[in-house]
Amino acid sequence: SLASQNLLLRGATLKNTEYIYGVAIYTGMETKMALNYQSKSQKRSAVEKSMNAYLVVYLCILISKAVINTTLKYVWQADPNKDEPWYNEKTETERQRHILIRAFTDFLAFMVLFNYIIPVSMYVTVEMQKFLGSYFMMWDDEMFDEELGERAVVNTSDLNEELGQVEYVFTDKTGTLTENNMEFIECCVDGNVYVPHVICNGQVMPGAEGIDMIDTSPGPDAREHEELFFRALCLCHTVQVKEEETVDGIKHGIHQGKSSSFYISSSPDEVALVEGMKRLGFTYLRLKDGQMEILNREDEIERFELLEVLTFDSVRRRMSVIVRSSTGELYLFCKGADSSIFPRIISGKVEQVKARVEHNAVEGLRTLCVAYRPLSAEQYEQVCHLLTRAKLEFQDQDKLVAEAYDLIERDLTLLGATAVEDRLQDKAADTIESLHKAGMKVWVLTGDKMETAAATCYASKLFRRSTQILELTTKRTEEQSLHDVLFELSRTVLRHYGGMPRDTSSGLSSEYTDYGLIIDGATLSAVMRPSQEESNSGNYKEIFLEICRNCSAVLCCRMAPLQKAQIVKMIKASKEHPITLAIGDGANDVSMILEAHVGIGIMGKEGRQAVRNSDYAIPKFKHLKKMLLVHGHYYYIRISELVQYFFYKNVCFIFPQFLYQFFCGFSQQPLYDTAYLTLYNISFTSLPILLYSLMEQHINIDILKKEPSLYRDIAKNSLLTWPIFTYWTVLGIYDAIVMFFGAYFLFDNTTFTSNGQMFGNWTFGTLVFTVLVFTVTFKLALDTHYWTWINHFVIWGSLVFFVVFSLLWGGIIWPFLNYQRMYYVFMQILSSGPAWLSIILLITASLLPDVVKKVFWRALWPTTTERIQNADKLYKGQLSEFTPLAALHPPPKAGSYQRGSENQRNALNPRRNTCCWLCANMLSRNSP
Amino acid sequence: MMASSYNAKEEDGPHSGSSTNGGTGAAKNKKPDNTAFKQQRLPAWQPILTAGTVLPAFFVIGLIFIPIGIGLYVTSNNIKEFEIDYTGLELGSPCHDCSKNFTWNSTTPCVCALNFTLEQPFESNVYMYYGLSNFYQNHRRYVKSRDDRQLNGDPTSLMKPSKECEPYRTSAETKEPIAPCGAIANSLFNDTLELYYIEPNGTTTAIHLAKKGIAWWTDKHVKFRNPVDDKENLTELFKGTAKPVNWRKPVYELDPSDPENNGFINEDFIVWMRTAALPTFRKLYRIIHKKPSTTSTLPSGRYILKVTYNYPVHSFSGRKRMILSTISWMGGKNPFLGIAYITVGSICFFLGVVLLIIHHKYDTRSNSADIPN
Repeated sequence: SLASQNLLLRGATLKNTEYIYGVAIYTGMETKMALNYQSKSQKRSAVEKSMNAYLVVYLCILISKAVINTTLKYVWQADPNKDEPWYNEKTETERQRHILIRAFTDFLAFMVLFNYIIPVSMYVTVEMQKFLGSYFMMWDDEMFDEELGERAVVNTSDLNEELGQVEYVFTDKTGTLTENNMEFIECCVDGNVYVPHVICNGQVMPGAEGIDMIDTSPGPDAREHEELFFRALCLCHTVQVKEEETVDGIKHGIHQGKSSSFYISSSPDEVALVEGMKRLGFTYLRLKDGQMEILNREDEIERFELLEVLTFDSVRRRMSVIVRSSTGELYLFCKGADSSIFPRIISGKVEQVKARVEHNAVEGLRTLCVAYRPLSAEQYEQVCHLLTRAKLEFQDQDKLVAEAYDLIERDLTLLGATAVEDRLQDKAADTIESLHKAGMKVWVLTGDKMETAAATCYASKLFRRSTQILELTTKRTEEQSLHDVLFELSRTVLRHYGGMPRDTSSGLSSEYTDYGLIIDGATLSAVMRPSQEESNSGNYKEIFLEICRNCSAVLCCRMAPLQKAQIVKMIKASKEHPITLAIGDGANDVSMILEAHVGIGIMGKEGRQAVRNSDYAIPKFKHLKKMLLVHGHYYYIRISELVQYFFYKNVCFIFPQFLYQFFCGFSQQPLYDTAYLTLYNISFTSLPILLYSLMEQHINIDILKKEPSLYRDIAKNSLLTWPIFTYWTVLGIYDAIVMFFGAYFLFDNTTFTSNGQMFGNWTFGTLVFTVLVFTVTFKLALDTHYWTWINHFVIWGSLVFFVVFSLLWGGIIWPFLNYQRMYYVFMQILSSGPAWLSIILLITASLLPDVVKKVFWRALWPTTTERIQNADKLYKGQLSEFTPLAALHPPPKAGSYQRGSENQRNALNPRRNTCCWLCANMLSRNSP
Repeated sequence: MMASSYNAKEEDGPHSGSSTNGGTGAAKNKKPDNTAFKQQRLPAWQPILTAGTVLPAFFVIGLIFIPIGIGLYVTSNNIKEFEIDYTGLELGSPCHDCSKNFTWNSTTPCVCALNFTLEQPFESNVYMYYGLSNFYQNHRRYVKSRDDRQLNGDPTSLMKPSKECEPYRTSAETKEPIAPCGAIANSLFNDTLELYYIEPNGTTTAIHLAKKGIAWWTDKHVKFRNPVDDKENLTELFKGTAKPVNWRKPVYELDPSDPENNGFINEDFIVWMRTAALPTFRKLYRIIHKKPSTTSTLPSGRYILKVTYNYPVHSFSGRKRMILSTISWMGGKNPFLGIAYITVGSICFFLGVVLLIIHHKYDTRSNSADIPN
């Protein structure tokens, strides 16, 4: 008969057989693949968004500047003697022009004059920085995996800096946190523990059939149970044998332990169990003509006739087979989760086995219990009858089958239990711990069942012993209504955090109770479902988010792929708009990877779908740590400086031109020569910032890795906030004023040279420009914390280039130029003593406030980053050699100094309250 | 039997074997180079701006800037400068009539004389400037209204000036090209200033005013050229061109006495062509060289400034001044630079002191706060 297990969904792969006959029964938008498909949308980083916001501000500044100047121009020109004095008449055509056209032309001319304030070159530089910068990720030796022979892949370079802003990490479990490599650890028969000698992935060493007896050697009765147990595990499964060579090779292949044939199953646990049995001496060979063949310890082939398979389902959480041995005895073998087996046991050493199972579960192992029931011929007849009747029924077939199974799987005798481990990936726990310390919230989204997933979460330190687990599962909501459960949970959580700002409580602080939430897919969809009655529909989601916000770790089990994306979407849309990161390895993670701000693919065993759809791909989960804490941090620091600096240097550049309009009758006279206007952003000031944004390391790589809490210093886009943006802009305007009026007062009605000759307007502009180029370059030099020879080369090189260019540009009568306005202007400046003095003075005066601000802030209100920089300097770079420490001592008064202007931000972001444990540790080590 | 694992994660292609087979080869290819640059571990100098490091810099800047400032200020104060306004808008002014009766086409020049007294003698060379206010030489339309090719002696541009010179490109009547064309040239300052010293015994002696050396050397010798260096026939060379509208005489008669100072290379003309940066400006007019015999170039006493008043500034409410100034190594009188140096130096010094306090108070405190034991 055809049933649901014969249905192939789209996307299934054909294995073990050359061909099948099939009928297409549905194609269209409701296939599994189409339902799980998430359309790919353009991702933009938070930095880019603030960049665009700044751009709008500058556009407004530009337009208002042009409008102000146009208006003032016409006010000023109201007097015809100013508009058109006798020495400066207009042409006839200019006079004829309509006033509105003239005004509009003037407006446009001002726009052209000031347009440099919109840093077009910034976009080019940002793109270059992102593109070139992403190579450092690919080149990273530490993100290379020897085993896979893979290194990090960057699919999009647009999001580099977003890696430094992550607040929520959504991770897949199987294959991401774990290796997706089940391994048989031990089995326990009647309380006797058996551990295979050699534990290695899927390979049997020669002579590995020995068994370690941990407990006392079994007596004759136990001997019988032991044999039954092994046979049960060899028979009770749906594993298939896949061979690559001829059919004759099967036995040979398996016997020799060669990889020419291997087991496959939809459940990796079963494979692990069957392989474990092989190592304990019982080898499952194949299923042939309804006969299961087993090679026992004495190298004899035992044959069992497979009569019925009572397949696994997630409600029963067990499966059974009914077999007939060659001697004609009938057995029912059953294996399943402890909770579903124990109630059906009538005999066996339940206590011992239970103790062992519990012990293993705490270890994070996946446990299964095995039981059997000998059947008499009559009983088997009954069973057959029950099953046939259930299967022939069309309506309520599922229910009837379940009832039949329930009747059959009873009165069992307990044989023992198995333990299988899904090994955690290398350093997964360390990585998760670092992410927690860095202030990120880690959510595990998995399709697995709750118990397994929870065990992994404990093993990976997502949940700790101290974590209080809140459950929001179908089991609970069956007892109480969803409404009540939600409210109860939120009460529990909020009782604790009632008074204090939410974010400060996240993460590592051990004084507060840690909450961990476990939710399953069904409950989640109930929470998110917009209910028909409008009463509480929006409310549930809000309450749920509120609970989640207060949990340091959340585990979502039994999730459908698209549900993963829905969760990510829900968090993305919550009112803080946090930056999310999704990491996974399989095709079922693709929708989540596409949905999150940053999607990371793991190059696992599950194919390349995730890698192809991700923004970044890394070989192993552990590489996430360096990716976020080092690369993300650096890129964020680099690009935020890049953005701010670009706006700053263009304000410095253009604001003097704006001021000059007040002294040249609002006539759009440029202050600088055309060559300077063109080359300022292209040649004179472009390379230093580009190289800065590629090379800057404000803190050593090793310290960033060891001190994840530094990541909190840049959380919430903290370097691109409006106060900081305003600071840079004001600094730019200040510098522009110093430069312009400095030059103005120097030129004011006096001689500049020792031979009495006078300078003109181009000298004025060139003087301002010289000060400008030096000031903005020095400003960057002051911000650079990492001076490699490349930085030295570009910074000093740009200045030298400017001087050489100016000498050359003014040194020759250029035949192709209509104007020789710059001829010898620069040399004349250099030949004048006061010009040198004023250049030095103006550069000093421009840089002074920024230096003072930096030094004072660092001394009075240091951030964690700054403290560590100081400490590192104190110990001359030796800091990175110390391992971070256990002693977490907050400084006594750390919370009391807060910058007034930033109070509001501090409330959200406890950067100043975080103390420098690293320094503390290091200083205490060094103090006598 | 089919074993489609649709509850597990779908693979997108049969390549599970290929990754293991090609593993070792790919590993070698994909292994990143372990170079300092690629691993971002280039040796680097890592400076940090802390109170401790900046402190000495502040003190040094303060200690250097303050003496420089004092030096500049003293030098500036030692410079003697005398300024007299001869616009003549006020009723009592000697030039009042000239300014009031100004017409463009008057043939007789209007001359006025101003008396003034120098309280102190001017030693060393004295530089004589004329100053204009409210005159927008930096107006965009004005600045670009010139033809540098023509001024550089290009014969084509001489006869066919640049369009930028409009409306001072061709003469309205004759349609001949104007040389030199453009608004700047057209508005050449054409007052004549003469200086007389009234000796204590009452006789007036004219003071010799040197016309040369007032323009940049490179302008005079490279940038500005007469069409062809045929000194005899300057008049011939400019044949076919018209004089600028507002000029009384053509360009080849700017200084008939000295062929090296005539035509486009006339220094008064070159000085004027270098457009000033600000609407109030001064330009070098003459130099009074110190005579080796006398102690002071301009002894204290009474002087007469004789002005041939040709240049109207009344219409745009401008002012005209004559300035006499001595010059030091740092140029003319300008207390600003000295004061600015003293100010910035003092600020640096003051900040240095503040930082010193902070450095002592906070650095020790914050360090001790970090140490738990």
